[in-house]
Amino acid sequence: MAVNDALAGTHKIIEEAAAQRHGQLMPLLNDFSQELTTLNLGPTHPATHGIFQNILQMDGERIVSGVPTIGYIHRAFEKIAERRPFYQITTLTDRMNYCSSPINNLGWHMTVEKLLGVTVPKRAQYIRVIMMELARIADHLICNSILGVDTGAFTGFLYVFQEREKIYEIYEEVCGARLTTNMGRVGGMERDLSPAALDKLRAWLKSFPAVMKEFEAMFNRNRIFMDRVVNVGPISAEKALNYGFTGPNLRAAGVDYDVRAMNPYSSYEDFEFDIPVGTNGDTYDRFIVRNEEIWQSLRIINQAVDKLPDGPYHADAPHYYLPTKPEVYKNMEALIYHFKIVMGEIDAPVGEVYHAVEGGNGELGFYLISDGGRTPYRLHFRRPCFIYYQAYPEMAVGTTLSDAIVILSSMNVIAGELDA
Amino acid sequence: MNPQESAAAPEVAVAEDPIKVQNARVLALLHQLFGEAAFTDVEEPYGLLTATTTRERIHAVIAGLQQDQELKFHFLTTLCGINYPENEGKELGVIYHLHSLTQNIRLRLKIFFPVADPTVPTITDIYNAANWLERETFDFYGVIFTGHPNLIRILNVEDMDYHPMRKEYPLEDGTREDKTDLFFGR
Repeated sequence: MAVNDALAGTHKIIEEAAAQRHGQLMPLLNDFSQELTTLNLGPTHPATHGIFQNILQMDGERIVSGVPTIGYIHRAFEKIAERRPFYQITTLTDRMNYCSSPINNLGWHMTVEKLLGVTVPKRAQYIRVIMMELARIADHLICNSILGVDTGAFTGFLYVFQEREKIYEIYEEVCGARLTTNMGRVGGMERDLSPAALDKLRAWLKSFPAVMKEFEAMFNRNRIFMDRVVNVGPISAEKALNYGFTGPNLRAAGVDYDVRAMNPYSSYEDFEFDIPVGTNGDTYDRFIVRNEEIWQSLRIINQAVDKLPDGPYHADAPHYYLPTKPEVYKNMEALIYHFKIVMGEIDAPVGEVYHAVEGGNGELGFYLISDGGRTPYRLHFRRPCFIYYQAYPEMAVGTTLSDAIVILSSMNVIAGELDA
Repeated sequence: MNPQESAAAPEVAVAEDPIKVQNARVLALLHQLFGEAAFTDVEEPYGLLTATTTRERIHAVIAGLQQDQELKFHFLTTLCGINYPENEGKELGVIYHLHSLTQNIRLRLKIFFPVADPTVPTITDIYNAANWLERETFDFYGVIFTGHPNLIRILNVEDMDYHPMRKEYPLEDGTREDKTDLFFGR
């Protein structure tokens, strides 16, 4: 009954409005020149690669304004983290930028290590660098190949996804997982780089450059691709800085800010690498910068593998680093520490730490306030996506719908990181 | 050679920690620009200069830092809210992280204010990046940023009637008994 009543009410409103229009506004009904179309793009649209909703006002093909709505996969990580012991927060970081979870995991471990004052041995730092750079390559490969898909080239996507698969196989050897890796531990890595992992890594380092060259040959000077991306969605360096851009998107605009170079962590100062920058900050520049960063990451991995020092793969920090299983079964102290760590019985020192790493999308920061308890008092994630996605409406206005999709794709907004 | 070396050695010893030297320089500049009374609780946890100021001053301080020709704090790294329910009259806070990319200086500014009157001037007119961050802080903590162009919830649903990151809302239902663990205090 209630539904019928409501429907009757709606019909009445429509009839009244029609009657009014018949009286006064009839001529305007046929005049579409002033009329804007409201287009609801998303939240689940195959071209947005994630849960993004944009309500666009369109004037024909042109976008007049856009209002993004976010939060569709908000999981309240900052709240959940306030009740979890530090090691259990790693699994939350996995689910932020799930295209490059090792960077999130290891960045979080480094934050806790900074709070605890634990120094990680060189070998662990180098292994971390290798894993983080592999993650960066996987991240950039996805972003760039999907940009290819959005401009009509599906082949490159399938071609480099095979390489991402090989990177995931290396993750498997190192931590046992593929997508949500939960890699490393506070104090180092959970296990040493196995000979099998090193073999896979070396084989991949040999085979990948050829694939990458082919991928670049397909896109970099491709007429069709360039027509779709050059001068699409440009942003100036000043604006990008004001909007809090970081990572490849900021570097494409011409600012050479890279956390790895400016505030080196995990021994990045030991490696030689260049920071590619663009000039226009348009979609093409973002694409080229990411491609070049893949080459630079390869350079770093090659150096790290060559210089990989011997020694322990974790710090001697029994209060925080889980002892090995055989030790737990044989040794009373190890058993106690195992119990205390797993049950989250370890109190952290009082302090506040901000630690930033260069994530796949830019400066990934962890702001941790500890009040001396077992869990963080407050943990804030600086998610690069969340901050730079604000600029999307401004970049999309004035372009066509197809360009807006390409711009979104080239910004590499990851829903998990956006909504945390 | 020897006298020179010995003369140089103490200087190196004095300038042992470049971060401390830099922080002292930044702090001196801050005092010079805004007066010593503007900042309290100056600390350097893990090398990051931290100062507390007031919400009346915060907009002028951040605008001044952004325009200052020497420091050039052009970059807002992040801002977030915080809740200390036991601090009478200073229950809520907003924490700003600024970064000067030209000189690689990071600065953390804090303001605290009563939960009964959670208004703070917006800094969206200084940094566009602050727009969503302030919306997030409003969403989580109920901090009202006066002058914000569009202060609505961002991550949670519109019709939520509380601010979930405040400490008064425990993560789990307090009446549940199946999860209490008397031996380990959880």
